Amino acid sequence: MSDKLETAVSSSAGGSSAGGPQESSRRLLMGAYLDFIRIRFLTMLAYRVNYYSGILIYSLNIGVNYFTWMAIYGKGESLGGFSATQMTSYVAVSWMARAFYFNNLDREISTDIRDGSIAIQFIRPYNYVLVKMMQGLGEGIFRFMLFMIPGMAIAMLLFPVQLPTELSAWVGFLVMLFFSFLINSQINVITGLSAFFVENNEGMMRMKRVVVDLFSGLVVPISLFPGWLSSILNFLPFQAITYLPGSVFTGRVQGVGIWNVLGVQVFWFLVLLIPIIWLNHAARQRLFVQGG
Amino acid sequence: MNAIQVQDLRKTFKVQKNREGLKGAFADLFKREFTEVTAVKDISFTIPQGEICGYIGENGAGKSTTIKMLTGILVPTSGSLSVGGYVPYLEREKFVRNIGVVFGQRSQLWWDIGVIESFQLLRKVYRVSEQDFKKRLDELVERLELQELLNRPVRKLSLGQRMRCELVAALLHNPSILFLDEPTIGLDIVVKSEIRQFLKDMNREHGTTILLTTHDLQDIEALCSRVIMLDDGRIIYDGGLEDLKQRWGTGREVLFQFGNPTKLEQLEHWTTGMPVVWSAENELGAKVWIPLDLNVSDVLGRVVGQADITDIKIIETNTDDIVRSIYQSGSAEKPDEMAAALKDEREALHV
Repeated sequence: MSDKLETAVSSSAGGSSAGGPQESSRRLLMGAYLDFIRIRFLTMLAYRVNYYSGILIYSLNIGVNYFTWMAIYGKGESLGGFSATQMTSYVAVSWMARAFYFNNLDREISTDIRDGSIAIQFIRPYNYVLVKMMQGLGEGIFRFMLFMIPGMAIAMLLFPVQLPTELSAWVGFLVMLFFSFLINSQINVITGLSAFFVENNEGMMRMKRVVVDLFSGLVVPISLFPGWLSSILNFLPFQAITYLPGSVFTGRVQGVGIWNVLGVQVFWFLVLLIPIIWLNHAARQRLFVQGG
Repeated sequence: MNAIQVQDLRKTFKVQKNREGLKGAFADLFKREFTEVTAVKDISFTIPQGEICGYIGENGAGKSTTIKMLTGILVPTSGSLSVGGYVPYLEREKFVRNIGVVFGQRSQLWWDIGVIESFQLLRKVYRVSEQDFKKRLDELVERLELQELLNRPVRKLSLGQRMRCELVAALLHNPSILFLDEPTIGLDIVVKSEIRQFLKDMNREHGTTILLTTHDLQDIEALCSRVIMLDDGRIIYDGGLEDLKQRWGTGREVLFQFGNPTKLEQLEHWTTGMPVVWSAENELGAKVWIPLDLNVSDVLGRVVGQADITDIKIIETNTDDIVRSIYQSGSAEKPDEMAAALKDEREALHV
């Protein structure tokens, strides 16, 4: 009896809040996408011990880069428009940003394709790439809270990192950080989907990793590259992942420049949607499910 | 109405050719060569609503490729198909909401989360309302006895438990057509028969159309009224299981147990003039093969009066053997030498 009552109540509640079956069906699917974020977050949380060592590794990376740069600066004032203090902050901020935006979507997607479990993804009424992005976001939220923030705190204790104090800079940085995540994940998705077209995309994935780390300005800020290379990099999406947001946050880019940076990020986010949609479409024709 | 309609369906894959040796590897670097492999060669069939149809064939015969085209995973190279009123590959997202699929070799549950959480997620993915879901889940859980499993993570389930959960996952949205790709692979006999019974009941109660591929012919015998047999991408048999047995069955076997030792020559003497073949099992047992056109009772009549018989067992033609010999010949036309080969390879069904 109480069972019946409960379903009756829930059905009337559902009926009144959702405008018709079409609406509620869309809401259910939205709920599913949100669940993918939540489930990935909880799964990562369950394996959090694996990531404690990661915090240490990132701190170590910051340390290595910090001491290297300090040795390069010596008594010098500035390099490529960076003062020594700015460089310290840049190194810390960009490595910590990486702690957030980094994910293995490329590997996950190409594994799905190569071992044939992509078949399971195609019998479900959802968009596979979107699901992957949601899972990436769930991982990102985990990394942000249990990886980036504690890592940042440690870095600030160990190294003379100077961070802005205005709220607006922080809000701006978080927005840009989110776009860094989107663009990096899009590049990962594209690399992953390439497994549809080449039998083994291991090499591509490795190359992508190095290219992103190098050309995004993580290892060396782009302004320190030779002129011809940095002008080429201005036309590539990688700078929007680390270099541009890092420049804003360390105070090198100010005022209108900040909006330009955001504009570049939005631009690349939109442009990168095109190859993803195209690959997703072309892959349907190419799909060859491994393992019978 | 037809649930599945397939006309001249064909699927061709381009497969990379790896040339031999160092020279070949270098050549491959610059110019790839491809070979075309046709997995499914212009097949046509229709399956009416509410039918359970078995889809069998050797490994690599094209079964899975067909299933993948029917479920919208693969795009056919040519031909037309309609499943539940949809063209699967054109309206994939809409279409898959009306079908259920179980791949015996792949899990569709999420490895790291609890079974019930997986179901809840699928509820949202398939856009099932809370009350429909609850009703359906209760029914399935009770029928497949999953009560204690619901809160366990999927990775902690045994294969049999997992397969029952996979079935629930495929059926939560109450699909009208169910595709099963080797649903009983690797399961023990108890779970197998449970799943068979469940599928049978579901077909009867909900009129669900079921297409299943399997290597276990007992699945077919227990479930299917119709069999489609595939070999090298072509349909070589499409019809009832009974027909298949009659056309291919070469005879029956009768197993005798005697009260006292009986010589083979003695037995052969009693049945002189009959085209039967005797073989000795042991001192107290013998087997006789009787061709289809001869009545079993005639043979029994000759023996029963003479010998001291303690037990008689009549063994029907084994479907496994029939199918094996069809696979070997690659055609459902029955050649004579195959029938002979069949006779040699018979095995007792009752073991």
